[in-house]
Amino acid sequence: MGRYLLRRLLQLVPVFIGTTFLIYWLVWAVPGDPFAGKCGERRCPDQYIAFMTEKYHLDQNVFVQYGNYMKNLLQGDFGQTFSQRDIGDIIATAYPNTLKLALVALAIEAVIGLGAGVLTGLRRNGFLDNLVLVSTLFLIALPVFVVGFVLQWLLGVQWGLVKPTVSSEMRWSELIVPGFVLGSASVAYIARVARTSIAENRRADYVRTAIAKGLPMRRVVGVHLLRNSLIPVVTLLGTDLGALMGGAIVTEGIFGINGIGRAVYRAIVTKESATVVGIVVVLVLVYLVMNLLVDLLYAALDPRIRYE
Amino acid sequence: MRVSKRATSAIALSAAAALVASGCSSGDGDGDAAASKDGSISVHGVQPENPLVPSNTTETGGGKVIDWLFTGLVEYPNDGGAPRNALAESINTTDSKVFTIKIKAGTKFHDGTEVKAKNFVDAWNWAAYSPNGAQNGSFFSDIAGFDKTYTTDPDGADGPQKAPTPSTDKLSGLKVIDDQTFEVTLAAPTAVFPTKLGYSAFMPLPDAFFAQKPEEFGKKPIGNGPVKFVSWEDNVLIKLTRFDDYNLRDKMKVKDVDVKLYQDETAAYADLLSNNLDFMEVVPTSALAGDKWKTDLGDRGRSTVTPSTALIAFPTYDKRFQNPKLRRAVSLSINRQEISDKIFFGTRKPADSWANPLTPGAKPGNCTACKFDPTTAKQLLTEAGGFTGEMVFYYNSDSSHKEWMDAVAQQVKTNLGINARAEGVPTFAVFRQGINAHQMKGPYRAAWQQDYPDVENWVNPLYVTGGSSNDGLYSNPEVDALAKQASGAPSLEASHEAFSKAVEKVDQDVPSIPIYFYGQQSGHSEKIKKLELNNVGELDITSVEL
Repeated sequence: MGRYLLRRLLQLVPVFIGTTFLIYWLVWAVPGDPFAGKCGERRCPDQYIAFMTEKYHLDQNVFVQYGNYMKNLLQGDFGQTFSQRDIGDIIATAYPNTLKLALVALAIEAVIGLGAGVLTGLRRNGFLDNLVLVSTLFLIALPVFVVGFVLQWLLGVQWGLVKPTVSSEMRWSELIVPGFVLGSASVAYIARVARTSIAENRRADYVRTAIAKGLPMRRVVGVHLLRNSLIPVVTLLGTDLGALMGGAIVTEGIFGINGIGRAVYRAIVTKESATVVGIVVVLVLVYLVMNLLVDLLYAALDPRIRYE
Repeated sequence: MRVSKRATSAIALSAAAALVASGCSSGDGDGDAAASKDGSISVHGVQPENPLVPSNTTETGGGKVIDWLFTGLVEYPNDGGAPRNALAESINTTDSKVFTIKIKAGTKFHDGTEVKAKNFVDAWNWAAYSPNGAQNGSFFSDIAGFDKTYTTDPDGADGPQKAPTPSTDKLSGLKVIDDQTFEVTLAAPTAVFPTKLGYSAFMPLPDAFFAQKPEEFGKKPIGNGPVKFVSWEDNVLIKLTRFDDYNLRDKMKVKDVDVKLYQDETAAYADLLSNNLDFMEVVPTSALAGDKWKTDLGDRGRSTVTPSTALIAFPTYDKRFQNPKLRRAVSLSINRQEISDKIFFGTRKPADSWANPLTPGAKPGNCTACKFDPTTAKQLLTEAGGFTGEMVFYYNSDSSHKEWMDAVAQQVKTNLGINARAEGVPTFAVFRQGINAHQMKGPYRAAWQQDYPDVENWVNPLYVTGGSSNDGLYSNPEVDALAKQASGAPSLEASHEAFSKAVEKVDQDVPSIPIYFYGQQSGHSEKIKKLELNNVGELDITSVEL
C-alpha cells in the first residue's frame, strides 16, 4: 500500500510539469497582444507598454518565462496579474467558492442520482423506470446555461423564492439552485450507471446466495448489492469533482459566483498565462488527487482489490 | 478616452426619448430624507482592470469608482453644459497660456490631510514622468516641460531600444505659489485646458500616495470626493461610504454604496428585476429586443443619450482608400435610418454630425456625407474610377457588432455594386492590434466617447496628423493648421468657431464615417426614489435619494 502510494505520488511530478508547460505555452500562443486592447479605442502609450513589458519580462522567450514562473511557483509565489493583483490571492478566494459549489453539486447528484438509480435498477421496465429514463434524457439534452437561466428566471425573478444571484457570503443554502444546475447533467449519468450496475448485479450468484440464505431484502440490497455496484459510480463521482470545478464557468457566470471558472475565462481573454497556469495547476492537482482517492476507495469497496 | 466593453458593444438609445440633455431626474418626486440619511444602495460594476490610480485608469470599471472617490478642479454638469469650478476657487488667465489656479481652502482628503496646491502639482508630475508608465500620461502634453519628463522609445515599444531616461521628473510649467495657489504654464496657448481639468487624470493625490507603491495605493485609494473607500474584494464587491467631512457642493444623501462586481450582465439584470441590485447603468442587449426592458422595468427604467458615436474608419494608409470621392461614395450609400430602425429597434439615432451633438461647441447636422443618397454615391464612385476587388468591413466579434456591420456591407454592395462583406476579428485585443499596427485591409468599426466635454476632443485626437486615436493615419495640412489655430484661440467661443471650420475640411475628406449616436437604457430598484445620471451617463452617486 505504502509503495503503491509513493509510486502514484511520483507519477504526479511529470504529469504536473507537462500540463503546466503545455498550458503556459498554449496561452502564450493565443494571438493578440495583451496591451493592444487595454486602452480602448486609443493605442496604449509606448511608455506604459514598455513599463509593463519590463515588469512582466514579456520580452523573453516562452521557455525563459516559463522557467521564471516555475522558479517563483516553487517558492510559493504565483506571480501577479497584469492588473497588479497577486494571483495567490485570487486563487485563495476563488477556489473555496468553486469547491463549495462543486461539493453541493456532487452531493445533489449523489443523492438524487444514486436514489433514482437504485429504485429503477430494482424495478426495471416499470413506470418509474421509464419516467427516470425520460427525465434523465431530458436533463442530458439540455445545455447547462438553459437549465441555469430558466431556474434563475423562474425561481429568482418570477416567483421570488430565492435571490437570483449568490451573495458574496456564499451561504450553503444559496448554493442549492446553482449546485443543482451544475450537477444536473451528471445526475442523469449517475442514475443511469447506477441503474445498469444494480440491474446487472441483481442476477449475480452472491445475491442469489444471500437471498437463499434467507437474509432480509433490505440487507441484501443495502449491503451486498449496493456495495458491489458502487464501484463504477464512485469512479464517476470522483472524476466528476474535477470536471465540476473546471466546468463551473457557465454556472458561475449565471449566478454571479466569484469562482475559478470566471477567473480562468478572464485570464485567457487578457492573455495572462501566469493566472491561467496558477489556477489550472491547482485544478490539475485536484484531478490527480481525486483519481488517487478513487483508486484507494476501490480497495475499500471490493476486498478482492489490493494494492502492492 | 475611457472605453467600456459595453460602450463598444451594444448600447442603445430609445427613440422615444427626446434628444435632450442626459441629466434628467427620474422617479416619483423627492425621496425621504430620513430613509436616505442612513440608507445604503448597491450598484452594478465590473472589476477595475488596474489599481485605482486616477492617472492610470482608462476603462469604465475603475473609472466610475475613481469619479466617485475624487473631486477635481472643475466638474461637468449633468446636463452636459459648460464645466464649472468644483475644487477650484478660480482659474484665471489672460492669454490661455499661463493659468493661475486657486483652490478652495479647508477641503480634505479621506485620510484627513488638507488638499493643497502641491497635491495637484505632485500628482501631475508623477503622471507625466514616463518611467512611471501612467496610461494617461499624455494628457499632460500641453504643459511646458513635458518633452523633458516624457521620453519616447525611438523604435517603438516592440523594438530593441529603450526610451532614454528623462532628464527631469518635474514639469517646468508647474509652480506652487502657496498652499492654495499654483501656476500652470502651457507650451502653447490652449483655450480648452480648463475644461480638461475635470478629467480623472488631473485629480489631486494625497501625500500618502508618494509614500508607497502606486499599486498598493490603488488597492486602498484615498480620494477627496463625496465618498470614501472602505474595502475591495476582488471580483465581488467594492464598498464605499459617505465622507462626512466633505464640504463641496455635491454631498452624498445616502450613506453606503456597494459596487457589486459582476462578470455577467444578465446576472446583474436578474438581480435588478428582483430588487436585489439598486442600479444598473446599461441593461443587457438581450433585454432591448422587442422593448423587453420596458415591460420588465416599467417606470424603473430610463432611456438617455450619451456623448458617444459609432464610426467606421478608413485605413487611409491603404492606397485603395486614398480617394476622398470613394470614401464619400461609401458614406452616402449607407442608409443610417434603416440601420437604426431595423437593427436597433429604433433605439439609436442615425449620426448626422462629426462631433456628438451633446458636446459643447459641436454643430449638429454638419456631416454632409452622412446623408443617404445612392444616386450621388454611384456618380462619385464612377468619378473615383470605381473600386476593384473586395471591400471588407472589419469588426471585433466579441461584442454585438455583427448585425449592423453586416447591414453596412450589404448596403454598400447593393447601392454601389462593390463586392463588399463584413468580417469579424475574434477579440477586441486582436482587432486593436491590427489597427495599432496600421495593417487593416479595409474600413473598420470604431467608437468614440469624449474624455471631456468640448468639440476639441472630437477633432484633435481623431483627425489631426499624429492624433492619439488617428489610427487611419489621415492627414490634411489644412485641417492641422485650422485645428492648431482653434486650439490656441484666446477664448472658447473663438476656439469653437475655428474648430467648426476644421470640421468643414474634414467633412470634405470623409476620413471616417459616423454611423450612429450611442445612448443607454438604465434601470433602478423600487428603493431608489430619485437619481440623476452625469454627462456621460454614469450614475451621479450624490443625487441618489431613497
